[in-house]
Amino acid sequence: MNIRDHLPAFLVMLPLLGAFLTPAVGSLGKVIRNGFYILFSFLTLLTSLSIGCAVFWGNPMVYVMGGDSFALTLPSGMSYPVRILFEIDAFGALFAICIAIASFAGALFSIAYMDKFSGWKKYLALYFMLTAGALGMCATGDLFNFFVFVEISSIASFGLVAFWRDKPEAIEASFKYMLVSQIAAMLLLIGIGSLYGKYNSVTMAALSSMMRDGYLERVVIALIFCVLAFKCGAFPMHTWMPDAYAEAPTGVTCLLVTVSQASFYGLIRVCYSIFPRIATGGVVGWVLIVIGCMSMFFGVMMAVVQHEIKRLMGYHSISQVGYMLLALGVGLVALGDQKDMIDYGYTAMKGGLFHAANYSIYKALLFLCAGSLYYATGTRNLDKMGGLARNMPWTTGMFVIAAAAISGLPPFNGFVSKWMIYESSFAIHPILPAIAMVTSVLTLASFAKVFQAAFLGPAKADFVAVREAPGFMLAGMAVLTVATLLLTLFPSWFTSNIFEKAAVALADNAAYVRAVMGGI
Amino acid sequence: MTDSIVSALDTLGNSAYVVVALLILMALYTMLTQKNLIKICVSIAILGSSVNMFLVLLGYRDGGEIPIYFLQGENQAMVLPTPQCLTLTAIVIALATTALMLSLIILLHKHYGTLDIDEIRRLRG
Repeated sequence: MNIRDHLPAFLVMLPLLGAFLTPAVGSLGKVIRNGFYILFSFLTLLTSLSIGCAVFWGNPMVYVMGGDSFALTLPSGMSYPVRILFEIDAFGALFAICIAIASFAGALFSIAYMDKFSGWKKYLALYFMLTAGALGMCATGDLFNFFVFVEISSIASFGLVAFWRDKPEAIEASFKYMLVSQIAAMLLLIGIGSLYGKYNSVTMAALSSMMRDGYLERVVIALIFCVLAFKCGAFPMHTWMPDAYAEAPTGVTCLLVTVSQASFYGLIRVCYSIFPRIATGGVVGWVLIVIGCMSMFFGVMMAVVQHEIKRLMGYHSISQVGYMLLALGVGLVALGDQKDMIDYGYTAMKGGLFHAANYSIYKALLFLCAGSLYYATGTRNLDKMGGLARNMPWTTGMFVIAAAAISGLPPFNGFVSKWMIYESSFAIHPILPAIAMVTSVLTLASFAKVFQAAFLGPAKADFVAVREAPGFMLAGMAVLTVATLLLTLFPSWFTSNIFEKAAVALADNAAYVRAVMGGI
Repeated sequence: MTDSIVSALDTLGNSAYVVVALLILMALYTMLTQKNLIKICVSIAILGSSVNMFLVLLGYRDGGEIPIYFLQGENQAMVLPTPQCLTLTAIVIALATTALMLSLIILLHKHYGTLDIDEIRRLRG
């Protein structure tokens, strides 16, 4: 037995095992519990990294659950897969790595941040469930399983958003999120059921190979599109996002960012891999572009006026998701035309995926910085903070790096990915990069405001005794800072080795189908 | 009695899907118009059940038997097993979310002393 072949199963199994071992391990004392928390998050990170190595420099991985052999996708002469299967290509591996990094950083951060609170066992179990759900969404090759993982991550996040249940705002944010996301989940299930009714399969690759154009398919893609756009926080359906992000414990917010990234993964996967014949070249790409532009612009406009640091960052998440939707929409418009793809399509997709990776790393870092400020000062209101740079030098430094990256200042990684998006969206219409640049400037403006309000200025009397955040919190932030700096220092290596491969894997639908369906 | 019901269903054809659609619309209508949190929770549960019904219907065959080899008897036609598995999973998920939602409603009631959405919004200010 070669352990490498079983990595896709480990990816979901490790966090699930962590979740269900928690009640036992949680009662063994603080040191063992913390060690267990870090160990399992780290093992998950290692698994995702080794899957990445195997996939970026090799073929897509396929794993069949419950079959005679893990690689037998078409058992006993069947013409379509009947078992639960995982399929990870370069695109999925990229998102899985981002999620695992954020999960590991959030774990380190939570150890110090949640230290003075009770309810550790529940927190740990839900945290691991959330990680398992998000990783499962990126790993699964089956639409119904995708729904199940969406629900696992949703239920865990409802619980975690309402974790501080003596705060009515937290309960309300969780309830609001739950209400809309349950409706969304049921619509998703109707869509998946309709596809099953017509094509007799829920395996993504099999659906993709059989998919024809028709009314039912168009209705289904509209349903699934709306649901997943809602889950990733695109503009008209974004209202749950700032509330949920602001009220969740900070270690969790950092993970919630990547869970919305997993929904983004699902959205793009559905458009590019399952419905390529309907989505390519036409309306769907433009819908993505328009939604992307609106999310970018309105997200940042709402962020500029916020006075509460985590809500401000929550609105920025909407605008950052807009960039990715714009880029992948441009790619979808170009997809199918070989010349357009080479001219600007691949650049757009590479830019979008680069931005997705950047976003999940620096956004998680920004939320951790906000959490660190809250830990030290006890307030999230920017008007009450001030002069904290003297007392919290490390937090200040890491915040500056993350803020420069999100605002797209050269030479940071945010600049590289945004530049690729400007360059390629210009080929479609010149107004698109204009909107994107205005958004970027406003982003810079609002982060300059945060920096000025929280870190600069005279020291306030209330905060003279404020000390730097504890070591574990700084360690969690340092993991993400190192990742940001790596992406900043070696953008061309990452572009040609990771993002280009992910973009090609996404555009090449035939390879995705072939990995499961064999030579068809 | 059952035979007559089955034959009535046969003549009606796809009418079961109409029932599903009606249930879904009813749930959405309730969600949009009701102010009471418990009623909203009930409407979510109705939505979940109607989707489950839709899934089961997808696998239905006229005169089909249960999809277990040694229990099906003379009749060789079986209903499709996959949608039933999907439904079982969906029921479990719906149970979890409904329970969680009710517990959140209890907490909201503790904080605000009311279940009316408008009232909660007003108290929050």
